[in-house]
Amino acid sequence: MSLTQAIDYAAISPPLVIAVTALVVLVGDLFVPPGLRRAFAAATSIAGTAAALGATAWLATTSARHTFCFSSGGCSYVVDDFTLFFQVLFLGSALVVLLLSVALFADRRIPTGEYHVLLLSSLAGMLVLAAARDLLTLLVALEVVSLPAFVLVGLRRGDPRGGEAALKFFLFSVVSTALTVYGMALVYGVTGSIEFGHIAAALGQLRPHRGAMAATAAAGVVLVLVGFGFKVSAVPFHFWAPDTYQGAPVPIAAFLSVASKAAGFAGLIVLLLDAFRPYADVWGPVLAVLAAVTMTVGNVVALRQWHLVRLLAWSTVAQAGYLLVPLGVAATAHGRSDVVLAEAVRATLGYLGIYAAMNLGAFACAVMVSRRSPRGAITDVRGLVWSSPVVAVCFAFFLTALAGLPPGVAGLFAKVVVLQAAVHGHVTWLAIVAAVNTVIGLAYYLRVAALMFAGPGDPESARSARLRPDGAAAAAVALTAVLTVALSIDPQPLLHAAGLASH
Amino acid sequence: MSPLLPVLLGVPAVGAAVLALVPLPDRAARWIGLVVTTATLVVAAVTTARFDFGATSRFTDVVDVRWLPAIGVRFHLGVDGISLPLVVLTALLTMLCAAYTIGTVPDAGRTRQLLALVLLLEVGMLGTFVALDLVLFFVFFEVVLIPMYFLIAIWGGNDRGRAATKFILFTLLGSGLMLVGFLLIYSGAGTFDVVALSRAHGAGIARSTQLFAFVLLLLGFGIKSPMWPLHTWLPDAHTEAPTIGSVLLAGVLLKMGTYGLVRIAVPDLPTAAHDVAPALGVLAVAGIIYATLVCIALATDPQADLKRLIAFSSVGHMGFVLLGIATLTATGIQGALVGNIAHGVITGLLFFLVGGLKDRYHTSTFREIGGGVLAKAPVLGGLTVFAAIASLGLPGLAGFWGEMLAMLGSYQPAQTLSRPLFVVLMAVAGVGTIFTAVYFLAMLRRVTYGLVGDAWRERPLRDVIATDLIAWVPLVVLAVAIGVWPKLVLGISSGAVHELLR
Repeated sequence: MSLTQAIDYAAISPPLVIAVTALVVLVGDLFVPPGLRRAFAAATSIAGTAAALGATAWLATTSARHTFCFSSGGCSYVVDDFTLFFQVLFLGSALVVLLLSVALFADRRIPTGEYHVLLLSSLAGMLVLAAARDLLTLLVALEVVSLPAFVLVGLRRGDPRGGEAALKFFLFSVVSTALTVYGMALVYGVTGSIEFGHIAAALGQLRPHRGAMAATAAAGVVLVLVGFGFKVSAVPFHFWAPDTYQGAPVPIAAFLSVASKAAGFAGLIVLLLDAFRPYADVWGPVLAVLAAVTMTVGNVVALRQWHLVRLLAWSTVAQAGYLLVPLGVAATAHGRSDVVLAEAVRATLGYLGIYAAMNLGAFACAVMVSRRSPRGAITDVRGLVWSSPVVAVCFAFFLTALAGLPPGVAGLFAKVVVLQAAVHGHVTWLAIVAAVNTVIGLAYYLRVAALMFAGPGDPESARSARLRPDGAAAAAVALTAVLTVALSIDPQPLLHAAGLASH
Repeated sequence: MSPLLPVLLGVPAVGAAVLALVPLPDRAARWIGLVVTTATLVVAAVTTARFDFGATSRFTDVVDVRWLPAIGVRFHLGVDGISLPLVVLTALLTMLCAAYTIGTVPDAGRTRQLLALVLLLEVGMLGTFVALDLVLFFVFFEVVLIPMYFLIAIWGGNDRGRAATKFILFTLLGSGLMLVGFLLIYSGAGTFDVVALSRAHGAGIARSTQLFAFVLLLLGFGIKSPMWPLHTWLPDAHTEAPTIGSVLLAGVLLKMGTYGLVRIAVPDLPTAAHDVAPALGVLAVAGIIYATLVCIALATDPQADLKRLIAFSSVGHMGFVLLGIATLTATGIQGALVGNIAHGVITGLLFFLVGGLKDRYHTSTFREIGGGVLAKAPVLGGLTVFAAIASLGLPGLAGFWGEMLAMLGSYQPAQTLSRPLFVVLMAVAGVGTIFTAVYFLAMLRRVTYGLVGDAWRERPLRDVIATDLIAWVPLVVLAVAIGVWPKLVLGISSGAVHELLR
């Protein structure tokens, strides 16, 4: 056995490009004249992200690649349709977040270079996470995603709220990661392997038996779920989310709510289906209950919020519940069949794609509003249609999409896909819980949307209240709006890609 | 493949987009609204002209293309004898609303946005009636919610915010459950296609699943219709909505519920329909009696609001429509369909008239209006008398046939149903018709006859203006035409109804 192994650099090109970009920004920040630093960091990061998107596009045209393989078979890093689906999602979200961040550095309390380096590092972690197919790689990737995020949340100098947010985020993350590591240790102890294929085989042999080993494995599986429950902000591991989102710079809140959450789902799905599949009867009911509780708690608490970003934070908790619904089909024997599970994964991926577009859009609009009114109250959007009609219409459109109601038809499709998976998997009760939840959700999304259209407008105050978005943020809103409109008319390409990725 | 139905939906959609995006002056917006709705009505008329009245159960002007194969959804549109009258009614009422808006705009102004929302509403309403795919139907069913919400929330009365929220949350609750019902149908039958599903008559769907799905559908359509006791959103929404909002709400939106029952629930889940029909019949008659009792109370209460009274009378009328459906006979369902149209015409007219009264008196409570409208504004008063009499089901006017056929169907219900129960239901519903006459006549006595109220004795009151007449006279003509010659509707739908029940 040779000690060195061949590395398929093409396969790892997306994270590699991002990591190199991060280094270039880090070093370049020291040499570029101060006046150009902001432009340099932003331009380099955006170019690097675009290049990585190009790399994924190229990888999508070739067949699946495997690298860092075990001598016993199985590989740590696999580039298949599933990996690419998530990598595109991460890179696209990062691009929008980078555009939204451009105006962030005007107040000079946030260091430009560090901000971009940290964001890109977290992104690199996500790209690896989507491709990870063993416990250690997954864990390391998960930590690479989280560690820079703690700093990003508290990066604003002299902002006690940001510090508190970062600390809360950090502590919750550490505890849940500790539980995950413990769970992984148990699974490794029982199966003797960290590679997903082997784990699945070993667990499959173990499952029919009763006794300490099988019970230990079940405990390990459930503990591993905790860490990912934290990442996707599923109730009861969600307590960090509202405070963290509210304290963080709003673009970072957007990043956490979409890219970081999607990373959690990538890890969750690959673990559950590749490694822990024989224990589906254990994790299936757990996820079904988590989904029901998460959407209900998220929606009900969101009803009582007065802070715009905090409201969106609770809404993302609720959305995490919808995203978990399809995976809950594993609670029934019918739902554990290959076909139904694949359909469930497709539903979650489809929802994630639509969610990424509409939620980033909503956050992008929130970024603009919060820049004008730093207090960040929901009532700040009152009469927005008179001062900034385009932003108001876009914001209302994103909110209706999140509520799943036309004109935000994309969100309606997302809900149809998720409910379809649930009904098909014979967990109709969960579909009904989700349907009832959409009503609670509408109540608060609509409250914000209705405020924006409240009148009558006064031309004088409208002029002074006009939002003055920078070009980059406007581009972010335009990009997400175009995507959401396209998904409202024809979500088939996305659903098709999700279908490929789920096999 | 005919482009007619996409054009039917496209014309108001483009109109809505133009009005929403282009900052036109108020007057131009009003005329654009009228032109677009008239063009839509013309397209609906062309659809009618092309319709094959010899084979009304066949869908014409069908469009059927792949849309979302990943989840089994097709873009499938078409009209048959059941949907065609509703399509024409929708296009007509929307056009009349636009014509009315030329002369009268709610106090909140913002006419351009108002008309943009009305056109968007029209897209949803028409789409619901021509969609032949369950998911597409669901999309259009939901399209109406946001425009109607804003119509009430921006242009409504004093308590508009609460009424609008209640309306949208209730309806969404129903449609969310209805979607789960659709998906249950899909998981059994393997298709969302309405034509294939009604041809399959529930094949492939287990009896228990059918029952479950039917109850979910009934909740969704029942809230919309509205079916007692799910009607509580309706009086508030109607009372607060601006005139054209009330007209479209009563005239078309409620029909989306009963149409869904006839088009989807009954033919696709026939076993469950037979199981649930007695309960549906009982709820329908309970609604009739409940509504008449409330209306009598309202008609004798000086504080009561006229719009609220008409709203509750809608609950009663829709009760007859639901009773007709519950009989599961061709007669009953025919009665339901003609009742749908008649209610759309007559109650649409009533809401126009009450809205006209409200615009003039700036209130719609009995006390403040006082009485003597006939003396003060003879044409307005006369039309109100006509509409009220039509609404109480006088033979010779449109309202009669729906009630008569529903009761006739109830006398001889489908063979699997308990005849004694339905005969009792018929008798009770008959009592309801008598009390309907009581409260409408009481209302007329208070409002149109009697002495002019003190506050108005000296002040002049504007009678109808030209745009009012343009908006109202077609409805008067239709109410008489359908009343004298019900075959206008029955002839179109009969073939399609027989096909559904086969």
